[in-house]
Formats: sequence, C-alpha cells, structure tokens
Amino acid sequence: MTTTATAPVLGTPAPAKRRRSRGPRRWYRLISPLTLLVLWETAARTGLLPEAKVPAPSLVAETGLRLAVDGSLWEHLLDSLTRAAIGLVIGGTLAVALAATAALLRIGDNTIDPPVQMARMLPHLGLVPLLIIWVGIGEELKISLVALGAFFPLYFNTYAGIRDIDQRLVEAARTCGLNQWQRLRHVVLPGALPSLFLGLRLAIGAGWLSLVVGEQVNAQTGIGFLMMEAREFAQTDVVVFGLLVYAGLGLLSDTLIRIAERRTLAWRRGLQAT
Amino acid sequence: MATRPTGDLIVEVTGLRRAFGDTTVLDGADLTVRRGEVVALLGGSGSGKSTLLRALAGLDADATGHITVPAHYGVVFQEHRLLPWKRVADNVALGLTGADPRGRALAALTEVGLGDRGGAWPAELSGGQAQRVAVARALVREPELLLLDEPFGALDALTRLRMQRLLVRLRERHGFAALLVTHDVDEALLLADRALVLEGGRIAEEIPIGLPKPRHQDDPGFGGLRRHLLDRLGVPVV
Repeated sequence: MTTTATAPVLGTPAPAKRRRSRGPRRWYRLISPLTLLVLWETAARTGLLPEAKVPAPSLVAETGLRLAVDGSLWEHLLDSLTRAAIGLVIGGTLAVALAATAALLRIGDNTIDPPVQMARMLPHLGLVPLLIIWVGIGEELKISLVALGAFFPLYFNTYAGIRDIDQRLVEAARTCGLNQWQRLRHVVLPGALPSLFLGLRLAIGAGWLSLVVGEQVNAQTGIGFLMMEAREFAQTDVVVFGLLVYAGLGLLSDTLIRIAERRTLAWRRGLQAT
Repeated sequence: MATRPTGDLIVEVTGLRRAFGDTTVLDGADLTVRRGEVVALLGGSGSGKSTLLRALAGLDADATGHITVPAHYGVVFQEHRLLPWKRVADNVALGLTGADPRGRALAALTEVGLGDRGGAWPAELSGGQAQRVAVARALVREPELLLLDEPFGALDALTRLRMQRLLVRLRERHGFAALLVTHDVDEALLLADRALVLEGGRIAEEIPIGLPKPRHQDDPGFGGLRRHLLDRLGVPVV
C-alpha cells in the first residue's frame, strides 16, 4: 500500500497531532477573559468603577467565601436546587409523556399537539401575575415556573425526535419479528434519545431562567432571595456573587448532561469517526 | 391475508392488488415459489417489484389478495437498515428468541465472514460489510424464504460480485428459497432458477433458467437469455 509508505513523511499520526494542538489553543482562549478580569479589578481598585455599582472581582470572591463559610450559601443553594429539581421532574415527565403520546398516536397528535402549539406562543415568564393568582406566592409558584419553562423545549424535541425516526428502520425491526412494544424499546426510544438529550439541555436552561424570575417574587430562601435581600441593603457584591452562582449552576448542569449524553450515545462517536 | 404454506409451494400469491391513489401498481399479480427455489423478479423502474416484495414481507397493510408465506422468512433491503445504536452482533440478534441468541448471531456473522466484527458499531462498517451483516440478520432466523429487495444494488461492482457468490454459497448450505427483486439481468441469470418479469401490475412472463451451476457470464446460453430478458424489459441489445 502506498499510503503506509507516505505516512511517516507526513509526521505524527492524526490523533497525536490533534491532541498536541488542542492544548495551546485552549490556553489561548483563556487570555481574553483573564485580561477582562484584570481590567475590571484595576478599574474597581482605582475607583474608576464605583464600588456601589460594580464591586471588584476580589471583593465578590471574598463575599462568596464568607457566605460559604457561614453556611448561608449552602442553605440557599439547597433550596434553589430543590425547586429546580422538583420543577424539572414535573415539567419533564409531563413533556415526555405528552410528546410521546402525540408523536405515536394519531388521536394524541390531534388532541395534544394543537393546544401545546398555541400555549407555546405565550411567554411563560409573562404568566407570573396569573400564576400568583392561581397558586399564590409560595413554593408552588417557583416550582410551576420551572416546570413550565422546562416543559416546552422538552416537549418539542421529544416530539420531533420520535417523528424523525427513519421509518425504514422500524420496518426492518418488524421483519425481525419485533412487536410494537419491542419496536418502541429497541428503535423508537434509542432513536429519539439524541433529541431527548438536546431537549433536556434546553429544558434545564429554561428551568434556571424561570427559577431566577420565580425566586425574586417574595421568596424567603434561595439564591434569588439572597440577591433580592442584598439589593435592599445595596450589597452589590452579594448580587454579583448570586449571579455567578446561577451561571455556575447552569454550566455544571449542562456539563453533567453532556457527559451523560456522551456515555449514552457512544454509537454516535463511531458515526462521527467515519 | 396471509396463510402458511403446505406442501412444495412455499410462496403462493394470487390476485395481489395495490394502488397508490389513482395509480394501480399491482393489478392481480400471481406467483409461486417452490421450496428451495430462487426466483428473480425483474421489471422496469416503478413496475411494482418492491411493492410486491413488501406485501410478501407483511409490510403493506393496504395490499389485497391472497398471500401464503412461511412463518420463518428474512428480508434484506437495498439499504442495510441496521440500527445505528446497536452493535453489530446485537443487530443480528434483534428479536431472536430461543437459546443463546448471541451465540447464534455470532455464528451467522462468521458465515458471512464478519465473525470478528460483532462488537463494532454499524457506522464503522463499509457498505459491503453492513450489507453482509444485514444478510446475517436475515439468515440467523433460519428462514425458509429470503426476500431480497435489490440487496446488492447500492454496492460497487466488485463487492456486488462477492456478495452474489456469498449468496450462492449460503443457499447451497441452508437450502432456503429466495425471491430476489432486481433490475440487474446478469444478477438474475447468475442466481435464479426462474425469472419473472413484472409488467402492467402482473407477472407478464416466466422464464426458467436451466443453466448449469456454478454459472458464469461466459456460459453458452447465458447471452441468449440475457438478450431475451433485456428485450423483454424494453432495452433491446443492439
């Protein structure tokens, strides 16, 4: 084969080359954020940025450390996480169940999909006044908001994922003697899984957003409450720190989903390799 | 409706009809396949070859007429139709019941020359390999009948020749009957005991292929049959 003769001339094999070039490129990408951070710190220290409006990053970090040490951060974090989790489970379960019914059964499609399509046009965060009237200003409001936020992306992606399954694969499964339930398990579910994961990631993003809004309505605990309370006492550092916690939570949940996705969808790696 | 065969005829189709809207594709087609016989189904594009095969495979609920097919049959499509999320061996073992499905799947893979690729993902296979897996998936069900819908049509010429030989070998060993839908006259003449020409929604002509096996394109009699079939399909040899 001629390719084996020319390969050594080209140098290192592709995987090693890729690994080597990825290191520096990642490092380069840190330069501009770090520069911004340094500029921010300098501007705050020199008084260019008033401390009451934008506290220095070091001050925010200090505040974060203080809140972590005295335990109040964990208390609020746990409450926020609980609301997010309950809302996500309720909204997510409902979304997947309804989307599966709509995508698999004609009667489901005719009854479920039209109202969902209409409801999608409502900005769910605009429902806050109505939700306050319906469920009050307690935990139910926060959980309903998260559930609503998570519902739509998961519904639409699950629906599309099931509908987009190659019918030829379903046919092939039929000729292998698979009954309806087996086809659901071996063809439909794994085929819809990539879309389901995408929907889950979007749902979690929407869920956090809803939580931020929900926790600013008469909450007694939670990261949002922490921020609202700090605003009243003009503790800008706490407000900024709360924002960073929200961002960190979003990043963390997204990373976890991506890891789960990579593990579950290992077959797609083979697809990308070819 | 489908019933189970008795006696020597393994496939019996009478009065098969199928229309798509106003277009009648099958208009009372009749055909039979004997136990262990390979029948090629030829016809121009859109003549209803695949429609007929799909009706036999039980994939077309709207086809009417009487269809008798054996309980154990396998289908190989033009595309491999392997589930991309299942490893090769699991694809072959899909829906298998009885003892040791995985062992039987690996044995079938070995028969098509892919005994070592059971752990691969379908996406990692070449077109010819994937199609061989599809053949193994049909074969592992110990079919009395194989329904082949242009199974080698999407492969390159060399791979196609290898696959045709593989099919001949597998048939000698397992003795299944086969209905081979193809537009390739040479393929029909190499593999089949009988060729049927589908035209106007019915079997318009039946041509026994009495050439001795193993066959080759150079065999005497091959050219004559080839010319006749091509002529019949509307592509006269000039």
